[in-house]
Amino acid sequence: MADTITIQVARYRPEEEQEATYQEYDVPCPREWVVLDGLNYIKDQLDGSLSYRWSCRMGICGSCGMTVNGEPVLTCATFLTDYGSGPVRVEPMHNFPVIRDLVVEIGDFMEKLARVKPWIIRKEEKPLSDGEYRQTPEEMERYEQYSMCINCMLCYAACPVYGLDPDFIGPAAIAIAQRYNLDGRDEGAQERRAILSGHDGIWGCTFVGECTAVCPKNVDPAGAIQRYKLTAATDALKSLLMPWGER
Amino acid sequence: MNNGAGYTKYHPRWLRPKTSIYWWLKRRSYLTFILRELSCIFVAWFVIFFLLLLRAVGRGDPAYQRFLELSGAPLVLAVNVVSLLFVIFHAITWFNLAPKAMALRIRGRRVPPFWIAAPNFVAWAFVSAVVVWLMLGG
Repeated sequence: MADTITIQVARYRPEEEQEATYQEYDVPCPREWVVLDGLNYIKDQLDGSLSYRWSCRMGICGSCGMTVNGEPVLTCATFLTDYGSGPVRVEPMHNFPVIRDLVVEIGDFMEKLARVKPWIIRKEEKPLSDGEYRQTPEEMERYEQYSMCINCMLCYAACPVYGLDPDFIGPAAIAIAQRYNLDGRDEGAQERRAILSGHDGIWGCTFVGECTAVCPKNVDPAGAIQRYKLTAATDALKSLLMPWGER
Repeated sequence: MNNGAGYTKYHPRWLRPKTSIYWWLKRRSYLTFILRELSCIFVAWFVIFFLLLLRAVGRGDPAYQRFLELSGAPLVLAVNVVSLLFVIFHAITWFNLAPKAMALRIRGRRVPPFWIAAPNFVAWAFVSAVVVWLMLGG
């Protein structure tokens, strides 16, 4: 195995450049090093001007998503040795504007995430004295998979629908909305419906499936979207046949 | 909620990388996505062709014979073969989507995707076989 590997990093310095350029760095390549370790080595030892996001190094914070050799991945979970003798090309996540080097602008996602109301909505809160809202393991299992989302946005980077139509609310926001819709304690499905089945919602998805393929937490956003399509279609049919059923 | 993040009102110029017009050739799933989008033209043609057939049948035998002649023309035949392939492609996507959309549970356990997709494919094959049987004269 080679002692070093070449990392080609996309650089964009808005005060100097109009377009991205690539800069090559040779970094050590021990077996346990992930791409993020390589970037940290560059930052610490070779070029302190490199900008990128990272935090936990263990696939929890969702900060270090980048495009490595064309694939959207968490750089903390992608080993350098998986790329043989290299080179490894590291670029910012696709489908987002780039602020600097590998740092992308995520305001659009943050705004969309808030739009689906990702919190438990109750029509009426129980008094504290009544105790907690209890759930069985089966009830939790219904939404648990979707609760694993770490907001890393790799699904947005992989989604061609989002790339073509940035108004599309996107895979993670829909999966997270489903996380609350399927939670027995939540009563906000009706409030989320206008967003989810509206113009920018689920119907934009044509089941490409790349969101699920790249998801590092096996959330399966594509599955969440297809499930919600069935729910929305059933609800629409119900309200058409039984308009009096709508509150 | 701000429309976009307000704190980035004054910011350095963002880079918006240009997407290659061949982006859809980079991944098989992207190619199938674009083919599915394109297929709507052929699916629409299939519907129009079927409506033309109904009209010809309604107008009597000579009109029906003229329609059959037109259907046998090499160009129409070629378009119909391509349309059929696209419709089959759509059907396969649809049936593969079924287990994603339906989270069936039996005794608290989720039914494996295969057992939701398989009956769809079997029903499709059965209906197709019946149609072929009827076409061949019953």
